[in-house]
Amino acid sequence: MTESLTTQSLLLDRITHRYGSSLAVDDVTLDITGGELVALLGPSGCGKTTLLRIIAGFINQGEGSVIIGGKAIDHLPPHRRTIGIVFQNYALFPHMTVADNVAYGLAARGTDRATQSARVGEMLDLVKLSAMADRYPRQLSGGQQQRIALARALAVRPSILLLDEPFAALDKNLRLDMQIEIKRIQRMAGTTTIIVTHDQEEALSMADRVAVLSHGRLEQFAAATEVYDKPQSYFVNTFVGASNVLTGKLMDVNGMEGTVSLPGGGQWQGQLVGALNRGAMVRICIRPEHLAFSADADALPGKIEIGLPLGATIVHEVRLTGGASLKVAGPRAMGALALPPGSDIAVKPAISGAVRIYPEI
Amino acid sequence: MRSAPVTAYDLKLALPLAGFFALFFVAPLLILILVSFYTDTSLTQFGLAQYARFLLDPFSLSVLVSTLWLGVKVTLLCLLLGFPLAWTFVRSPRLAQGVLMLIIVLPLLTSVVVRTFAWIVILGRQGIVNNLLLSLGLADTPLRLLYTDGGVVVALAQVQMPLMVLPLITALSRIDPNLRDASSALGAGAWRSFVKVILPLTLPGIMAGCLLTFAAAITAFITQSLVGGGQMLFMPMYLYQQSSTLSNWPFAAAISIIFLVAVLGAVTLFNLLGRLSRGYAQG
Ligand SMILES: Nc1ncnc2c1ncn2[C@@H]1O[C@H](COP(=O)(O)OP(=O)(O)OP(=O)(O)O)[C@@H](O)[C@H]1O
Ligand SMILES: [Mg+2]
Repeated sequence: MTESLTTQSLLLDRITHRYGSSLAVDDVTLDITGGELVALLGPSGCGKTTLLRIIAGFINQGEGSVIIGGKAIDHLPPHRRTIGIVFQNYALFPHMTVADNVAYGLAARGTDRATQSARVGEMLDLVKLSAMADRYPRQLSGGQQQRIALARALAVRPSILLLDEPFAALDKNLRLDMQIEIKRIQRMAGTTTIIVTHDQEEALSMADRVAVLSHGRLEQFAAATEVYDKPQSYFVNTFVGASNVLTGKLMDVNGMEGTVSLPGGGQWQGQLVGALNRGAMVRICIRPEHLAFSADADALPGKIEIGLPLGATIVHEVRLTGGASLKVAGPRAMGALALPPGSDIAVKPAISGAVRIYPEI
Repeated sequence: MRSAPVTAYDLKLALPLAGFFALFFVAPLLILILVSFYTDTSLTQFGLAQYARFLLDPFSLSVLVSTLWLGVKVTLLCLLLGFPLAWTFVRSPRLAQGVLMLIIVLPLLTSVVVRTFAWIVILGRQGIVNNLLLSLGLADTPLRLLYTDGGVVVALAQVQMPLMVLPLITALSRIDPNLRDASSALGAGAWRSFVKVILPLTLPGIMAGCLLTFAAAITAFITQSLVGGGQMLFMPMYLYQQSSTLSNWPFAAAISIIFLVAVLGAVTLFNLLGRLSRGYAQG
């Protein structure tokens, strides 16, 4: 039996893939450490599934190389790659019992029956579905099918585990349970795992590192907190988490710092992302929780449009005198009410470095 | 629950159809059964003489067996050629599928007589196959292809092919393509994936295709007679001779009933096999 108990690193080296003439994956390089859980995050059609199918060997990439544990595996067909995959629709074999589904990969590898059934028992215990061994997939709920698909993929001890939007079909509570479950199982097995999702909360909460894709390109690959706090592109900044966007003109450049004049008057300091020249038109992003009401001279004046007390936080929608609209979020003190609509206020960044400056388009 | 409205229709609406069936299917069948129990051609005496005559006559029995055997051979040939065709169809791009589908159903759009004569032209002594063999030097004298068992099987297989291929296409295209990928990711090679996943899930289509082809092949009077010629006798022609040429109605009726029972028996046996394998396929 080919078992890979040691954790394996996975390197995607400059992968490019086209369907006909349309570019689905564009020069993606990902260096994933053994045992890591990485989330592939991106909007629909950005190439997430394509990338997974390239790793699994279902499609041959146009350019680049897939390297597992230091060895290029591009020449290997899927059944020689020892990669476990859980499909979005689970793809359980409908004509086989749960036990036979889980045993399938072991049988394909010529494992003897005694070992097979021991391993199946072990896997079903792991996903807590031992009682379902003799059922058929159609007799299981969506969440149970999902766990069987996971057990089936893990039974052969794959070196890499790929999960394509595994929670998309589950309701919210079950989804949270399964996220925790998968993370627990992944930790225990030490399997290098890639989980595809377009749910950013899922990506941020589960993954050691998050790879953000857009139009087939890798926008950023970093720890979840870093992706949120220091987005490396305008796309990442607006796609991950909520963001206020303003346009302005870059007045002054000082290393990686810049000063932007805003259309309604006032100037804000921010972090430059990418090379920008003085006088350029720029877009600036700031997250709602990084804005605060202030009486300082550089705060931008405006009026409250509406205030929403959301339990632990209060979100105010502010219309600036300059015309732009901003969201301001902050913690809500005990008994605090939202400011009434129409109140005159002024806002400015509460934290230095929270303003990020990107080139205009 | 969704099926409830279907049965909620007034049963009276089915009466015309029921009447049609009673008049043109059940009544003739009853008459047929009745006639088969006369011992003489003038229909005066009841008895089992006609059945005894058939079942004790080696010649009659050999006609029955060779007819059923012909059905089996045609069905197997259709399955053997039809499966790759259906497989190719399912895996082809849309545009090619359109062309392939036209080719597949073309036999249904032309008359059986026309298709059969085409086979006579192809298989004849001066036919396309013989001309080709002679000009390639693969044969010195024209081969006898027409009026042979092989000729009948091939011609029938071509004529009945759509009946096999269409159910197979339906079954194959219902299979989630991810299942094949899942199988290969789990370490199964192409052959194992086919045997363990694709084939079991295609069984209902294979069953349907085989039943249709078998039933059509054993009753294909025109093709059997024209391509088979006078040397080979199958049940439909035997029946025809007894009724039309010899006017032996009771014997012809008995032949029909025996043929009917034999076919029903074969189909039941086949269904039973299918039920078993479907049990394996779906629990
Ligand atoms: N078989 C195919 N032939 C042609 N184009 C394809 C094929 N599969 C995907 N594409 C295209 O490639 C791009 C990337 O597709 P992919 O399925 O990888 O996206 P995705 O990120 O998984 O999206 P989603 O979140 O909707 O699943 C899309 O623009 C899609 O239309
Ligand atoms: Mg996808």
